[in-house]
Amino acid sequence: MKFNVLRTGFTLAACAALVVACSSSQSGGGGQTPPKMEPLSAVGQGEGALNLIAWAGYVENGSNDKTVDWVTPFEKATGCKVNATIGNTSDEMLKLMRTGQYDGVSASGDASLRLVFAGDVAPVNTSLVPNYATISPFLKDKSWNSVNGQMYGIPHGWGANLLMYNTAVVTDAPDSWAAVFTDAGKYKGKVTAYDSPTYIADAALYLSKTKPELGIKDPYSLTSEQLDAATELLKAQKENISEYWSDYTKEVQAFESGTSVIGTTWQVIANTIGTENKVHVNTVLPKEGATGWSDTWMISSKAAHPNCMYKWMDWITSPAVNAQVAEYFGEAPAQTKACEHTTQKDFCDIFHATDEKFASQLHYWTTPQKQCVDGSGDNCTTYDEWVDKWQQIKG
Amino acid sequence: MAAAPISLTVRRRAALAFLLVPPMAWLIIAYLGSLAVLLVSAFWTTDTFTDAVVHTLTTDNIVRVLSDPTFRAVALRTIGVALVVTACCIALAVPLALYMAKVASPRMRLALVVAVTTPLWASYLVKAYSWRIMLSGEGPLAWATGYTPGYGLTATVITLTYLWLPYMIIPVFAAFERVPDSLIDASSDLGASDASTLRMVVAPLVFPGIAAGSIFTFSLSLGDYIAVTIVGGPSQLIGNVIYEKLSTNQPLAGALSLIPLTAVILYLLAMRRTGALENV
Repeated sequence: MKFNVLRTGFTLAACAALVVACSSSQSGGGGQTPPKMEPLSAVGQGEGALNLIAWAGYVENGSNDKTVDWVTPFEKATGCKVNATIGNTSDEMLKLMRTGQYDGVSASGDASLRLVFAGDVAPVNTSLVPNYATISPFLKDKSWNSVNGQMYGIPHGWGANLLMYNTAVVTDAPDSWAAVFTDAGKYKGKVTAYDSPTYIADAALYLSKTKPELGIKDPYSLTSEQLDAATELLKAQKENISEYWSDYTKEVQAFESGTSVIGTTWQVIANTIGTENKVHVNTVLPKEGATGWSDTWMISSKAAHPNCMYKWMDWITSPAVNAQVAEYFGEAPAQTKACEHTTQKDFCDIFHATDEKFASQLHYWTTPQKQCVDGSGDNCTTYDEWVDKWQQIKG
Repeated sequence: MAAAPISLTVRRRAALAFLLVPPMAWLIIAYLGSLAVLLVSAFWTTDTFTDAVVHTLTTDNIVRVLSDPTFRAVALRTIGVALVVTACCIALAVPLALYMAKVASPRMRLALVVAVTTPLWASYLVKAYSWRIMLSGEGPLAWATGYTPGYGLTATVITLTYLWLPYMIIPVFAAFERVPDSLIDASSDLGASDASTLRMVVAPLVFPGIAAGSIFTFSLSLGDYIAVTIVGGPSQLIGNVIYEKLSTNQPLAGALSLIPLTAVILYLLAMRRTGALENV
């Protein structure tokens, strides 16, 4: 028995030593300025491989749809063998990037700055990406992809989170997010929502239009009371939720099987369900407006294949390829010249691709901070608090 | 002559070391080591903006895990699910194992053993997804019976019971097989009814098998987070919270993982108290 006590004490001491030893190393970044790094000065020979983290539908090699393939030509042209990992949420992408095993990521605005300030991604020398010149000017040097005029990636495309519904069940052609919030009881147990704290912004956006007394101006700049109001709305919504989705194939399956009939979506999901399916879905941009994303290809600060990554950033923003990926995903291409290459001639008009005014009205995913992201003050709730609220909502 | 036994001992010791070092190294470095790293990280914190791990000592995470009502609700739900799954597995496994061990013909027994173990060959995901299809609103169950529990905790319990049932049947079956038929004969010769024989003679002998099986089903259910995302509807278990926290707050995930760890240890201790682990 005495021996046992001794042994336990020994183990505890060893553990404590381990904690102290590990704690002495420096913190992993943070603070006001991103860590100092030099961008690549020249693109050399490809390294033969490229490991990417991407949103579903961004890196297609024909395995999902034979006609959708812009990876194989890239591999042939550059010799860089592409391995893509799908990130279902920005948080997941962040986690994957921090492993240091990847060369690049298609980061949305709610991940990009966190990557930049933690030193996970390196600044990009845009002069090494010829196609950068003709990227829509209103996507360059933005708060979500640059710091002090230094670009940290190449814009890829942007779009809105849409409302999707099963036309056989939802027959009144909803045009308001009310269908998934205040009126969600109509489809009790058949409503779906995006499984990420950032979805709180969708509720906040709806409240900003329907409850002006709350005074919500920007869905990412919420005071504690405003965040609580959005949380209440989402808690009420949960009663009607069939399931949350973050894996896009899960939403596809849920709609195909009738498990879910209405909820937030990306256009690519509606396209995957397709028109020949027995379930027909429709997507709409509701009248309250929508949250959306503006994605940027970023290069890891630990990239093992930087040359291949630069080649990829140029390839994915080249007019023909950017048109292909934009049409497949259902978003506005960042490349202005892509509009000449879309199979659907008025594609860019439908998605307002070059319409700066329209683009400015979307509420792009961004990371909520204490210093309100809309510049209205310094009493806003942080993403940490959003994460906790999201946890409470899901219970 | 005197040297021979020494060299023999040395050689024996070398052989023993050769045999034991790889598994012990695995256990200590890979298994306990990774656990230790996780537990150590529970005492760190994260940068509130970038979510990057900051290596400063704090007990905030542990305190939060213990005090946050959301985490408590999820933890209790998870333990509840694990207990219900274990109970369901016992209820299904005991009669089946009894039949397999004591009633069925050798041919039938073989067929049943094969039937019980075959699902172990299929991938976890395939089995979980087949339950997703089975329980869906327009799935085979609804078609055949007009009723389906839908996705939720009930569906999760059904799926987990299905997934872990073999881990209960096999040890219980082995325990039943080890009960000598002569004991049962003796019991009935002495005038005990079948029910009394089962209760007073067989049950105490089989209990360690059930306990061993329940450790599998309980701990496997406690750690599972995939089945619940597939068939659990909007509900979540502790594994989902840990998984989610791994991306946004790794130290908190480390602290949260103490919950299932503690639950399993308590369960093991409880089983040990019953004496079930002494003869396994």
